[in-house]
This record gives sequence, structure tokens and C-alpha cells, in this order.
Amino acid sequence: MTQPMPVSFTVNGERVDALVLPRLNLADFLRDQLGLTGTHVGCEHGVCGACTIRVDGDIVRSCLILAVQAHGADVQTIEGLSDSGDVADLQNAFRNRNALQCGFCTPGMLMAAQDLLAQQVSPTRDEIREHLSGNYCRCTGYHAIVDAVETTAKARAERRA
Amino acid sequence: MSDGGNIKGLSVLDRPNSYIGKTVPRPNLDRLMQGRGQYVTDIVLPRMAHVVFLRSPHARAKILAIDSATAKAMPGVIAVVTGRELAEVITPWVGVLTHLKGLKSAPQHAIAIDRVCWQGEAMAAIVASSRALAEDAAEQVIVDYEELTPVVDMRTALDPGTPVIHESLGDNLAFERNLDAGAVDDAFEKSDEVIEAEFVFGRHTGVTLEPRAILADWNAGESRLTVYQGTQAPHMMQNIIAKHLDLQESQIRVLCKDVGGSFGIKVHVYADDMATCALSKLLRRPIKFVADRVESFTTDIHARDHICKGKIGVNKDGTIKAFAIDDLTGIGPYSMYPRTSAIEANQVVNLVGGPYTTANYRARARVVFQNKNVTCQYRAVGHPIACSVTEGLVDLAAQRIGMDPVEIRRLNLIRDDAYPCASASGMKFEALSHHAALDKLLAMMNYDRLRAEQAALRERGIYRGIGLASFIEVTNPAAAFYGVGGARISSQDGVTIRLDATGSVICQTSITEQGQGSESLTAQIVGSVLGVSMDKVRVILGDTDNTPYGGGTWASRGAGIGGEAALQAAKVLRDNILKVAAAILQSTPGDLDIVDGKVVDAVGGAERIELNELARIVYFRPDTLPPGFQSELMATRHFVPRDYPFAFTNGIQASWLEVDVNTGFITLLDHWVVEDCGTIINPQLVDEQIRGGVVQGLGAALYEHCIYDERGQLTNANMADYLVPMAGEMPDIQVGHCVSPTMETELGAKGAGEAGTAGAAACVANAVNDALSPFAVTITEIPLTPKLVLTALKRF
Repeated sequence: MTQPMPVSFTVNGERVDALVLPRLNLADFLRDQLGLTGTHVGCEHGVCGACTIRVDGDIVRSCLILAVQAHGADVQTIEGLSDSGDVADLQNAFRNRNALQCGFCTPGMLMAAQDLLAQQVSPTRDEIREHLSGNYCRCTGYHAIVDAVETTAKARAERRA
Repeated sequence: MSDGGNIKGLSVLDRPNSYIGKTVPRPNLDRLMQGRGQYVTDIVLPRMAHVVFLRSPHARAKILAIDSATAKAMPGVIAVVTGRELAEVITPWVGVLTHLKGLKSAPQHAIAIDRVCWQGEAMAAIVASSRALAEDAAEQVIVDYEELTPVVDMRTALDPGTPVIHESLGDNLAFERNLDAGAVDDAFEKSDEVIEAEFVFGRHTGVTLEPRAILADWNAGESRLTVYQGTQAPHMMQNIIAKHLDLQESQIRVLCKDVGGSFGIKVHVYADDMATCALSKLLRRPIKFVADRVESFTTDIHARDHICKGKIGVNKDGTIKAFAIDDLTGIGPYSMYPRTSAIEANQVVNLVGGPYTTANYRARARVVFQNKNVTCQYRAVGHPIACSVTEGLVDLAAQRIGMDPVEIRRLNLIRDDAYPCASASGMKFEALSHHAALDKLLAMMNYDRLRAEQAALRERGIYRGIGLASFIEVTNPAAAFYGVGGARISSQDGVTIRLDATGSVICQTSITEQGQGSESLTAQIVGSVLGVSMDKVRVILGDTDNTPYGGGTWASRGAGIGGEAALQAAKVLRDNILKVAAAILQSTPGDLDIVDGKVVDAVGGAERIELNELARIVYFRPDTLPPGFQSELMATRHFVPRDYPFAFTNGIQASWLEVDVNTGFITLLDHWVVEDCGTIINPQLVDEQIRGGVVQGLGAALYEHCIYDERGQLTNANMADYLVPMAGEMPDIQVGHCVSPTMETELGAKGAGEAGTAGAAACVANAVNDALSPFAVTITEIPLTPKLVLTALKRF
């Protein structure tokens, strides 16, 4: 199984057809073959969360799945979520709260935060911390990130009310 | 006020619509949040190849032979290069500084030649069309070794029976410093109580989320090397690459775009990076190196790894009579280039006892070689050690004489009206605020209520502790840090500002951005002084071709030094603009001001001419200006501190935590910081620097540890086994400020980047010991793992 294999899936709504080596992980495929460099590679063993993307609605570590496993899937990266406006309010909250410094964790952090907010309308600070505890940030100390997510949750809840 | 018509009494900092002291969002965050930043790992160039390094599996060995024949025939392989082959295009270096008397180290090559000195040292470079193919080929390189006994334990590194790592140096002692101030023996003799303790600090590392990465592009047609690198000091890199590749500085351009975390990790000269530059020259094409996580753990500089014996003399009334320390640190096999690996121990000597009045202080620091990865300057260099030793000793003294930790600090901290003064070690303090900071902290944390809560919970078998740690922080370093020792590291920074034809402002600064907010603080200062809105100011950083020459961002110097240069450059440009305006309006510069991008009457504020109209005239219709008048809408200023070698800041931190005496787990409940960085340019950015710094200190206090075995093997070189602080374990952190501006600059700003890290571990350790006080247990080692806690409680 070292020959390239054909795969077809959608990335940010666009169909992608490619020949990929079976050993190529999805993070490297997105970055190196599609140029979607917003998906960051921090540890390459599924711990840091920088490569978090959405596959068929669930957040996954793209360094831990192979490109061939994405066959038939619907993949969303930070570029797609940004362009669709899906996380615009969350990004605004991150900006206003300075919830990012170097920004390397931020795409994955936004993915994880949006996933939480999709599941829970009013998460507590502890619940936010728990849900983001698979995403490593070396710069902020997390406090500002928790603030930004909490602010976004409250604003969304108010909009719904 | 004489500067160009300012309203009397207003400094440049509090002009109308000033951004100084205001929380405004950093410019250009959208790029990062949308995944559209440009980190080195993202950059791809035509004909780019990837390098992977074959690394030593042994801590100390002779390389007898390297057979790369099979590897060279592998798919995609462009070259396999050994250290000896690469030495044809790059010279070795020695990491010493002359002001650290006696510091010695051995020549280090970009790739090891004949011998390896730590597990992870590169022995060969494999260049291929992809990183995966290079890794495949690396597995096929066969190396014959003669394994040698490694020097692992720093405690025995100087023993006669221990092998000497570099024979030419004679022994394993890299550096020793002794200091004796006041009358130490007499002071201890006359102390009512003398308490001694040994403090142990685990090795840890920076774990930047983006690993080290470099892309070197030698263009043989231009004879120019363009280096894309995540670095804190582009001009330093330019100088050093030129020196060792036998090039002129003008042949090298270092470009630093987005950087995924630095913290001191990315301010050093790594052999891998130098090798990548040399390989590009050798192979005449762009070569990219991106460390993987294992390589990051085994080759990014480590830090700390100190064993420090401490001693304090105290009288029953609480007067601290003397401090003494004997510090030992293991730095790996080489002193790192060019900043050296002796600075941390040197800082420990400088900083112990620093917040306190006692003039009696003795210190010895010894820096030894060992066969582990190199250590060097990481965020808050030496501060966490000095602070933990000092504050640990102060708490032990308080405990011995039965005094509250707050009271002993009140008695002994340097008074807020005692400045300027100097510490026992000779550090010069311009203006600090230890007592104001302590008072503010106690109010923020509601100290008395917390003590009552602690007592009540203890009745129920819940063990909570309160820990305090006062600290001082070295910021805004002048040439005293590196330049005087012969390092070609600029302590000066420069800023160039110009007004363009449409009224927008271009600002080039030599400080760099790794997320601290260098771009924001520069735009805030320039916007405020010029009188234009921040969004009109475009800041360019991280490009040796396009910024003034300067030091970059490290040692908490960006705001204080780069910010002052920005302020001074903006003042000159403002004066120049007003001269043009006066010429156009037939007025005098002193009668005019700039507000909101418009030239106005200084008195009354009537609008006279918009800057874009002024610029239009300057660039497109200079013929309409008075004869002989030449506009200068570009100004450059540089700044370096001259009065003080460092602008010391101060602060205090407190921790409130719970120790589970059955599991040894420590739960952080609350954390408070009050710090004084002088003028605050952007409160939010300062607070976030503090919080991020605190959490790095908490990581060191509780989790982070590079664990080596007796053969010099790093046993936890991955993120599953090396624990870093994650959101779930970290507390919210409350930050307060005192403000004692430095008078050396008009801006008055001191650094804030390292204060959080300086004191966090110390106050956590003090809190743990406070929590465990009913058990008569004192722990003076970090990280404070559950095992360590249970062992101390004799429950393991």
C-alpha cells in the first residue's frame, strides 16, 4: 500500500480530487497540497490541538487521520469557517479581548470553542476550560480565551432570546 | 513645553486623542484568526528542498564512520552532508562573553564532527524533495559509534573521577562567579536564627507551539542569502550568519514574519539553523528546516536545572540580616552562542535578595558542562530561581520566628521612598514600589478573609495554602547585558516614520513581533505623538532590509526601548510636518498642532489643513512651496538607555491553592499579581503579558520537567509525557498595577514580559508549604509533582 490512492472529498464546500500516498496525514495534505496553511501543525501526535479541523461536523485532529480516510467526507478548515462568517462573532470577541498573541493555536482554538458553543448555549467558565483543555496555548495563559468564549456564548444567548 | 506648539502642560503622552494608556485591539489580528498568517512553516519557494537531521542516539560518543551510500540512492534525496563536508562553507563558534570572566566553552560545529556531546546533536543532514522522503533516507544512514561514559549529574560533574567533556578545556567548569557584599559572616553570627535549605529546579523548556523553523534561500545569481526565520533578533542573525558563512551583512536579508511563540527560545543561534543556511549556499537552492516535536524537545534550548543552597539570617523582630547562596547549574556540553549559557547563573547571583534592604549577601554560582541538551536564556532568565530561593528563605525565616509572611516582607522590603538605591549585589534601582504593590495585592486577594477561610477549612481536613512572592525584574537592558562582553547584539533600537502622499504613515521598527503587541504599541505611540488615528499607521517589522538596525524583542525591551525610539521619531516627524504646514499656511510651527490627521491652530483648534492635502502638496506640487524650502516627511530616531544598565521593575504575586494530601494533587484556586512596569501603553496587552508569563511559571512549578536518565537520554521528549499547562488546570489570574515610570525616557515604559514568570513558581511553592504546615513538611523542589508531595508526606 505505498502507491498513491485516489480520494475525493469536499473542503470548505469545494470538491477535491487527488492522488495521495496512504501515509499522508490530512493536516499535511491540507497544508502542502491545498495550501490551506491555517491548519497548523504543532506536535504531530494529537496532543496540542493546533491542527483541529471539522470533519463531517465533528472536530478532529487532522494530524491523526490520514488523507485517504477523508474520502467522501465534508471537511471544514479555519479558512472556510472564516469566509462563511460562521465564527465571525467569536473572532470579534477574540480580537477585543486579545485572546491570542502569536496566533498559532488560534485556528484550532476557534474550532474547539465553536464546537462547544454548538453543543452548549451557556457553558460555565469551568466547562469552557474543560472543552478547550485539548488545545495548547503557550502565550495567553487561557484566561482571555475563556473570557472571549464566555462573552460570545452570552451574546449568542441574548440574540436567541 | 517646547515641542512644536503643544498645549502647555500636556506631554506628548497625553495629547488629545492619545492612545497611551488605552486598551485598543492589536492591528492585524484578523490575519491570524482567519488562518491567513504567514509563519515560516507556511512559506514555500520554487526549487525548495527540505532538510532533516540525523541525530545522535547517544549522549556522548565518538563517531567512527558514517555510511550514507544507501541513503543517497533513496527516492527524492538530493544530498547527504556530514559535519566535515559542511565545514567547507561554515566556521564553528564559541559561546563566550568577555565580561563573564573565565567563561569558557569549546568550538561548536553546525553539524557534529567526529564526536557527539548530547542525545539529539545532529551528525548529518539529509536533503530531499520532501520532509518525508528525507526522513525515510535518514533511517538508512549507518553510523558506527564508540559510546563513551556521559557526564549526566551536575553534582558530580566537577569530581576528579568524572570524564572531562572537552579535553582542551581541562575540566567541566564553564564559569564560576563569587560575590561577597557587606559583612556576611558577622551578620549570620549575630542573627537570632539562621535557616538553610537546598532548592532544586527541574530542567524545562519553552515548548513554543510553532517549532523552530527556518527557510534559507541562497541566490547564486545575486550572491545573496534570504533567510525566513521565526527569530526575535533579525539583525543579530544577519550578523552571525554573515560571519560564519564568510559573507558581508549586505549579502544577507533576514525576514521574520509571523512567529508561533518565542519566549527566548527563538533568540539563540542553533546549529540546525546555521547548517540550513550553509546547506542552501552549498546546494544553491532554498532549504527549509522545521523541527518536529521530538527535535524541539531535544534541541530547543532548555532552561533552569539549578541546585541552589540558600541561607538566611533573621532576628526575632523579623529583621533579615543576610542572604547567602551557592548555586550550581548544568548547561549541557556547550555554552550557547552568542548569548552564552552563563547568564542565568549570573542573573541568579544578581537578583537573590534584590527586593530586600539587607546589605549582607554572599553568592557563589558554578556553571558546569554535562552531556545533556544545552540550556540558555528562556523567559525570565534566572528570575524564577532567584525569586524562589529568596522568597522561600523569607517564608522559612518567618515560620521559624512565628511571624506572618506579610509582616516579614513589610519589615524588610526596600521602602518606596528609598530610591534611587542599589541592591547588595550592586543592581541599581531607579524607582520601585514594593510596599504599594504589597498593599494593593493584599486588598485584591482579601488576605485576612482568606486566612480565616484557610483556618476554617483546615478544621475539616482541607489543606489550602497562601503563598506570596515579591520580585524584581530586569527590563530595558542597555549594552551591559551583551554588548560589553563582545557580542554583536544591538542594545539600541531604531524607528523610521514617514508620511506618505495620501496621508498614511509608514513606520519601520527594529523591534520584532511574536504576539506581545510590538506592532500595536508602536502604532499607538506614533499615532498619539503625530496626532493621527492608529489605523493610518502601518508598522513594518522583522526585515533587515527594511527596518533600522536594532536589537529586536527580548529581555522585555520592546516597549521601553523600541517604544521610546518610536516616540522620538514621531516627535521629529511631527515637527517636520508642522514646518511644512507653517510654510503652506504662512504661520509658525509653534502656533500649529496636529489632531486627528489635521493640522489645527494650537490655540482654539481651528482646522487648517488635512495631512493628506499637505502630503499631496509636498510630493506632487513642491513647486508651490516657498523657494528654498525642502520638506522632510521621513524621520529616524534611535534609542538606547544610558543612565541605568537595566530598568528594574517590581511586583508581587500570590497563590491560593489546595493540596490533596491523599493524592498529592495540587489544585490552583486563585492567583493575583501586582506589578509595576512604569507607563502602561496598552493595559490589556500588559495584563495579557503578565497572565501568559504567570502560566509559564505555573507550568514550571507543577508540571514541566525534561527528565533525563542516567545515560543522558531524555525520556519524555513528547507532549504526552512532558506536561504543559492546559486550560483545565489553570486558574483565572487577577492583575493589578502600580506605576513608577522610568525618568530615563519620555515614554517612561519599562518591560512587562517576564514579570509573570519571575514570581509564579515561588508563590506556588510557598503556598504549598503553607498548606502543608500542619504536617511540618517543607518542599523546596519544583516541579511539585504529586509524587514529590506524597514523598514529603511520607505517603509514597
